[in-house]
Amino acid sequence: MATTAPKIKFREPQIEMAHGAGGKASRRLVEGLFAPLLFAGAQGPLSDAAHIQINGTRIAMTTDSFVVSPLRFPGGSIGELAINGTVNDLAVSGARAEAIVVTFVLEAGLPTDILEAEVRAMGQAAEAAGVRIAGGDTKVVEHGKADRMYITTTGVGRLLPGVAISPESVQPGDKILLSGAIGDHGITILLARGELDIEAEIRSDTRSVFPLVQSIVRAAGGGIRWMRDPTRGGVATSLNELARDCGRGIVLSEEKIPVRDAVRGACELLGLDPLHIANEGQFLAVVSADQADAALEALRRAPGGAEAVIIGEVRDEPAGSVLVTTLYGGSRLVDMLVGDPLPRIC
Amino acid sequence: MKYVDEFRAPELISKAGEEIRRLADPKHHYRIMEVCGGHTHAIYRFGLKDLLPENVELIHGPGCPVCVLPMGRIDDGLSLTANPEFIFAAFGDMMRVPGTHGSPLEYKARGMDVRIVYSPADALKLARLNPQKHVVFFAIGFETTAPSTALTIIRARAEGLPNFSVFCNHVTIIPAIRAILDSPDMRLDGFVGPGHVSTVIGCRPYEWIAKDQGKPVVVSGFEPLDILQSIVMLLRQLRGGQAIVENQYKRVVPWEGNPAALRAMAEVFELRPYFEWRGLGFISQSALKIRSAYGEWDSEQRFTVPGVRVTDPKAAQCGEVLKGVLKPSQCKLFGRECTPEQPVGALMVSSEGSCAAHYNYSQHRPITIDAAASL
Amino acid sequence: MCLAIPGKIIEIDAHNAQQAMVDVVGVRRKVDLGLLAEESIRPGDWVLIHVGFAMSKISEAEAADQMRTLMILGESAAALEEVEGYGLENEYPPSEYPASKSRGLVS
Repeated sequence: MATTAPKIKFREPQIEMAHGAGGKASRRLVEGLFAPLLFAGAQGPLSDAAHIQINGTRIAMTTDSFVVSPLRFPGGSIGELAINGTVNDLAVSGARAEAIVVTFVLEAGLPTDILEAEVRAMGQAAEAAGVRIAGGDTKVVEHGKADRMYITTTGVGRLLPGVAISPESVQPGDKILLSGAIGDHGITILLARGELDIEAEIRSDTRSVFPLVQSIVRAAGGGIRWMRDPTRGGVATSLNELARDCGRGIVLSEEKIPVRDAVRGACELLGLDPLHIANEGQFLAVVSADQADAALEALRRAPGGAEAVIIGEVRDEPAGSVLVTTLYGGSRLVDMLVGDPLPRIC
Repeated sequence: MKYVDEFRAPELISKAGEEIRRLADPKHHYRIMEVCGGHTHAIYRFGLKDLLPENVELIHGPGCPVCVLPMGRIDDGLSLTANPEFIFAAFGDMMRVPGTHGSPLEYKARGMDVRIVYSPADALKLARLNPQKHVVFFAIGFETTAPSTALTIIRARAEGLPNFSVFCNHVTIIPAIRAILDSPDMRLDGFVGPGHVSTVIGCRPYEWIAKDQGKPVVVSGFEPLDILQSIVMLLRQLRGGQAIVENQYKRVVPWEGNPAALRAMAEVFELRPYFEWRGLGFISQSALKIRSAYGEWDSEQRFTVPGVRVTDPKAAQCGEVLKGVLKPSQCKLFGRECTPEQPVGALMVSSEGSCAAHYNYSQHRPITIDAAASL
Repeated sequence: MCLAIPGKIIEIDAHNAQQAMVDVVGVRRKVDLGLLAEESIRPGDWVLIHVGFAMSKISEAEAADQMRTLMILGESAAALEEVEGYGLENEYPPSEYPASKSRGLVS
């Protein structure tokens, strides 16, 4: 393989917004262009964090860029997201974040107090998550060449002992755990933009999920097969990726999936599916059937884990897809999200 | 949620399903068309097909305004964004619908001023907030949506707001149903009538379907129990050899419709002599245009648009699917060349189009083919 | 073809009687009442909302009536079965079933 020319399958003429939205278009870009040229030797499916070995020590490493409008929203801000997002990517790869380096891209003319507020938010989030900020870089671009500020964080983490997760290890009968109510972040951002003129008492769920991850690793370490934080594209997109990577079917019970009233109301009003809405403080775990109850128990006892539930299980069929079943015996496939969720009127 | 949750009650849904199985004559294959794309969406969303016996088949009708809009109309509307003084405002549904040179969302990514609005009233508000710009509201929808556009135009005139206009693509449902019933290869037993359109037009406009064509019509709500109850009502009519218009959605739909909404529509709109429907071709008197008295708020009367006509690729069998002759998955392009992300045909462009709904929610799509195509 | 959902009127604009605030399980949005000119809309009423406009006032009585019909679906089925037990069913193929008889059976 190493001697043959990399096979580039990405043939789209230009980059569109959807390529960054975390759905199928993003996947085509990563798998069709980045993977063959940059990590041709990589084994297995691409995940949010890489595990690499240096002098016999295995560490986890991840990077993420944060572009959000508005910069501040109920329950959080870009600074908190930038820390929690990276801590969470490491956590769901089975690692405790140890250090983060930060890159700021700032638009000339950005008021200092806005920047200062975000830097403070980052400091507080890092302290809360117990991670050190080890360095950084700043670039300033001309006014109009960026939307106020972008933050990139790169984190390294130490692997928790006794966890080995991979989609290939997922087996029929395994249970799907979800740490709490879904859609809070995505709906908060959608409403905070103000374009829809809709108000609701709702806050982003941004937080470090590491304490929750640690609690289930302690309770059911060997039984944990896979974890993911369902950010862009929501639970449906994360589970579709899993279904494709493991070749199994994911079957969810709709009535088990916790959704707050305000998220539900906004979704009904705007024609959206909560399963497609972004989260910033939740995670999904696939746990072997024999350890699932212990894992759930541990999650529920951990601070912030009271709403955790088992929402479904892995089955042989429908292979490669996510099926949602209802109490009254109806079922539907739920696909990945194509691009950003857009309000519908029809 | 009041008026929502009680109509999703599992035990009643099971009962309704049983009643349908009891009423359906096993020797007969029922073909029932749900006219409205909202019903199509709900049927897939709630997995209602799983509750129906094999011999009760639902055929998805033409009631998806996004799907039936010809690509040329999108091109015409988007041509106005070339002027940097213009703001193009449309519902989220339109944002991913491809024109010849891309979708509104792609125009936005290239720097054109494209905004998503939830309401025509929000587009009007944009015009008030941006007096130095001109806001074009790209209006789509059947009779449910047209009155809101009409009232917005009436408000714009009352305010004397000069920097707002509507690019009108409103269509009417009855001529589309007629076109489908006139199609020689059509065989339908009855119709689930469009509940939300009927809040405006009422139930009388369907009477000819029952009287002249002998097909029962039940105007239906959108929750699982509404749709199942409507099917029960249709099967009872069919069993009794009856063909009348019934109103299942009485909590929302008055038999006579909404007179204030009808007045607003009549004040602002008149019928176009003909209009092109994607998948169905030209249908006479099937769409609305803005009366000349309101010409100042009509983008087409005020500005020049190129008048683009784009024909769909021959291979796309949208017309057959739209008329219920083919199932979505029987189209040669379904799930291969034509997917929701890269739609070729009309019915794949909106999540309530029958092909997109089938693709997104149905178990029978060719998953492996799609996975291979996307890598 | 049209997404519309029920919302509860919580407040009517004191300066403009055609503007109201509606609530959908804790989510609030201004709606235009201009298309319900014939109805008297008061706080506490439920309306059907489409693209920011109230399209119809929801009838609680009709909703309750529908629920009652749905609740007895099963029972009326049982009653029908009894009637069918008399063998009436087989006298006519479904398409030729006399309308008058069906009406009697159904309601």
